[in-house]
Amino acid sequence: MSREQQAVARARKAFETGRSKSVEYRINQLKNLQRLFSERQKEIAAAIKKDLNKTEVGAQFYETLGLEGEISLFIKNLKEWAAPRHVKKNLLTMSDTVYIHPEPLGVVLVIGAWNYPWAVTIRPLIGAIAAGNAAVVKPSEVCVHTSKVMEDLLPIYIDKELYPVVTGGVPETQELLRQKFDHIFYTGNSTVGKVIMEAAAKHLTPVTLELGGKSPCYIDKNCDISIACRRITWGKYSNCGQTCIAPDYILCEPSIQNRVIEEVKKCIKEFYTDNPKTCPDYGRIINQRHFKRVMAMLEDSNIAVGGENDESDCYIAPTVLQDVKPEAKVMQEEIFGPLLPILPVSSLDEAIKLINKGEKPLALYVFSPDNKVIERMRDETSSGGFLANDCLVHYSVSALPFGGVGNSGIGCYHGKFSFDRLSHLRGCLVKKLKMEGVNDMRYPPHTLKKLGWARFFILNTVDVGWVGRMALLAALVMVAAVVIQKYLL
Amino acid sequence: MESQSQVLERLRTAFESRVTIPEKFRRTQLTNLMSMIKDNEEQIVNALHKDLTKPKFEAILSEVEIVMNELHCALSNLTSWMQPEYVSKNLATKLDECFVRREPLGVVLIIGPWNYPMQLLIVPLIGAIAAGNCVVIKPSEVSAATDNLITELIPKYLSKDCYAVVRGGAKETQALLKNRFDHIFYTGSQAVARVVLQAAAVHLTPVTLELGGKCPCLIYGRVNATAAAHRLVWSKFFNAGQSCVAPDYVLCSKATCDALVPALRQVLEDFYGSDIQKSPDMSRIVTPKHWTRLMGLLNRTKGKVVVGGEHDEKDRYIAPTVVVDVAEDDALMEEEIFGPILPILTIESLEESIKLTKTKEKPLAFYVFSDESSVVKKVLENSSSGGFCSNDGIVHMALPGLPFGGVGNSGFGHYHGHWGFEAFSHQRAVMLRGWALEKLNALRYPPYSDEKLSWLRWTTSPKSCSIM
Repeated sequence: MSREQQAVARARKAFETGRSKSVEYRINQLKNLQRLFSERQKEIAAAIKKDLNKTEVGAQFYETLGLEGEISLFIKNLKEWAAPRHVKKNLLTMSDTVYIHPEPLGVVLVIGAWNYPWAVTIRPLIGAIAAGNAAVVKPSEVCVHTSKVMEDLLPIYIDKELYPVVTGGVPETQELLRQKFDHIFYTGNSTVGKVIMEAAAKHLTPVTLELGGKSPCYIDKNCDISIACRRITWGKYSNCGQTCIAPDYILCEPSIQNRVIEEVKKCIKEFYTDNPKTCPDYGRIINQRHFKRVMAMLEDSNIAVGGENDESDCYIAPTVLQDVKPEAKVMQEEIFGPLLPILPVSSLDEAIKLINKGEKPLALYVFSPDNKVIERMRDETSSGGFLANDCLVHYSVSALPFGGVGNSGIGCYHGKFSFDRLSHLRGCLVKKLKMEGVNDMRYPPHTLKKLGWARFFILNTVDVGWVGRMALLAALVMVAAVVIQKYLL
Repeated sequence: MESQSQVLERLRTAFESRVTIPEKFRRTQLTNLMSMIKDNEEQIVNALHKDLTKPKFEAILSEVEIVMNELHCALSNLTSWMQPEYVSKNLATKLDECFVRREPLGVVLIIGPWNYPMQLLIVPLIGAIAAGNCVVIKPSEVSAATDNLITELIPKYLSKDCYAVVRGGAKETQALLKNRFDHIFYTGSQAVARVVLQAAAVHLTPVTLELGGKCPCLIYGRVNATAAAHRLVWSKFFNAGQSCVAPDYVLCSKATCDALVPALRQVLEDFYGSDIQKSPDMSRIVTPKHWTRLMGLLNRTKGKVVVGGEHDEKDRYIAPTVVVDVAEDDALMEEEIFGPILPILTIESLEESIKLTKTKEKPLAFYVFSDESSVVKKVLENSSSGGFCSNDGIVHMALPGLPFGGVGNSGFGHYHGHWGFEAFSHQRAVMLRGWALEKLNALRYPPYSDEKLSWLRWTTSPKSCSIM
């Protein structure tokens, strides 16, 4: 048996003991996870610094702060979320109990990504634990130091049989994908997303795919360009542009292009000093392969700001490209780097047309003081999420579903959405063997009269208060008496 | 005749023209669909009788009324379903508008099965239309008369630009699946489901799979055998056992079995008379091929046939049959029966029965008959299935408030009522920020500091909302 098979088999065995069923157990595991973040910040930060050159504060802000908030939210609400959810009944089931029973799926596979390794690996894990599942965690091998820290620390704090960490590269991931899971949660790119879906198809396994795309950012010429550019600069260059919901490219009218360039330049200086290379708050490209990929995109565009780079350090300066055309290299794939192309468009119409030519992105941004512009952009496009007048922050609202559509992904999560996504919402009808007389109208031999009654009773849903319910119950009992008399006696 | 790609192009153009977005359009289409069912009830009943010898009662109840019910539900609730759903925020976003907007996916594909060819095609269609999509409808060619009827009626009642029926067998379906859809809704078997999923993976298309499985029926504890027999017979032999949620096999103690069999025999006679083949209330097996498969299972069983067993190949008839002394490895336990054969496995303890069901794939439904609520609770908590129903069968499907769908090998995703609308929608997170409070935003900009971080912790925590 391979190492991966063993981990999955052990997780399944642990799941079958039933210990993750109790809400108390799940909350305990989440509390332990909470302790991991409060006790081990230093190790986490040191690893992230080595992998992505983030500062400790940066790491906390972008990675662990959100997770701590999420865990608190879950601990607070889990009992309610895991409880049976009562639903509408029809007349015939008035005296029955009808509810949705959230249940674990079984063994979930969580495949993390490298750009926010803690956030995108642990956040789905939180949902998996809360829903009562076992979860095999596969951190991205690209973040060498962080995945080692995860491998070392997670088993110390949470149940190591239920939630094993399996590290490795492509062959190990492929071996994992040969096993049967009850759900696969993948964060990454659409090429690998297709491979995951195909592997899942063999076992009829449902998947959640958090992918990416080119998130457009439209700037209305009438908006406060200075504020808009501050927010965009922050959204773009955080983590050196390696964010699935980073504003990928800007669309604006040619008349404001120079102003936008000036403002972004100003903000870059304000955030990252004159020499971002020496600024501790500015990150690096994850590795040389991606460095080369991003640098190649500069080939056929005009650099308005930045462009400096150092391959040995995987450093690319915050860069702005001007007068970019839709055919340019930088517009052919998700940039995932600190290049901000500006494509001049003559109107909102043209911007919408251009956006709709591409695949549906994970996020869509519009900066405008005019609600009509915002509404048009929202109504005439499709994207995972939509944010007006800022970047990225919709991610932080746990009550909003976070996920893609079309090429940007399948399914959504965060907060209760994670819980529901990784649960089976089982429809339950609990009846008694009494009141058999009422059932009679559905039994053969069939008569038109019975059909008439059945049509009325079985299929009308009711939504009445308690008094109404009692009245209906009384009516039902009367009808039952009549029916019993007519058909049974 | 239009090619598949021409159909798809037409629908995509219609979708991009945004004609399906306004509520009024969706309402009109749903109302027209309602007229289609109402105006043609007799033809529908006749087609179902041709395909499955479906009794009029069953056709009305399970194919007409259930669809009408879903239509009423959609029409009554469409406005509220389409409303943005506002959500709770943290302090940093208190002044912003945060809501979830349901948006159509685009052009979706619905592939229907042959056992309830109207219901299992039209109920998903209702969800897809309500959610504002254009739809390619692929009825099952096995239920040929219904296939013909649907092909004739849909273009008469629904917008031809937005909804199209595509016909054919395996070859045509495979060709259809090569195209890009924004969602595929498939009802049918596991084998074909794998093919659907593989085709969907190429385009990253989300899928809903409504499959089946062997739905166990456990009978333990104190039980009113007559009442249980009534409900068991009704749900098992409805549509001659060809229901994805039919109780597939029974697990009970020897004593219960001994009490149950005569009760089953009596109920069968009460329902269908002494010559069941002559009863107008019993369906037939859909095709000779399916009949042969079922007879094969019956011929290979090592159990004892105690009720029924009669059959007639020309009539595609198999009598409601009960087989006892069935072992775990019997032919009848190999695959989903999907026919009027009820194996009873004698297992003395409830725990052992539950253990047995755990060795099988997760089914679409799980049943338990018992007057003891502790027995019901034990089974519920120690099993996994699409849906669960105690002391009855099938009827949990008729409640639009319950999500109807499978888990594991019985499928994923769900529909009915509001769930159908959600299945065919994209839940888009929308956040509208203002221009004010840029100073507050400064907390997040570099240069980063511990002080800024503490402030941020406070403003973005869920606790901070309770202050405001």
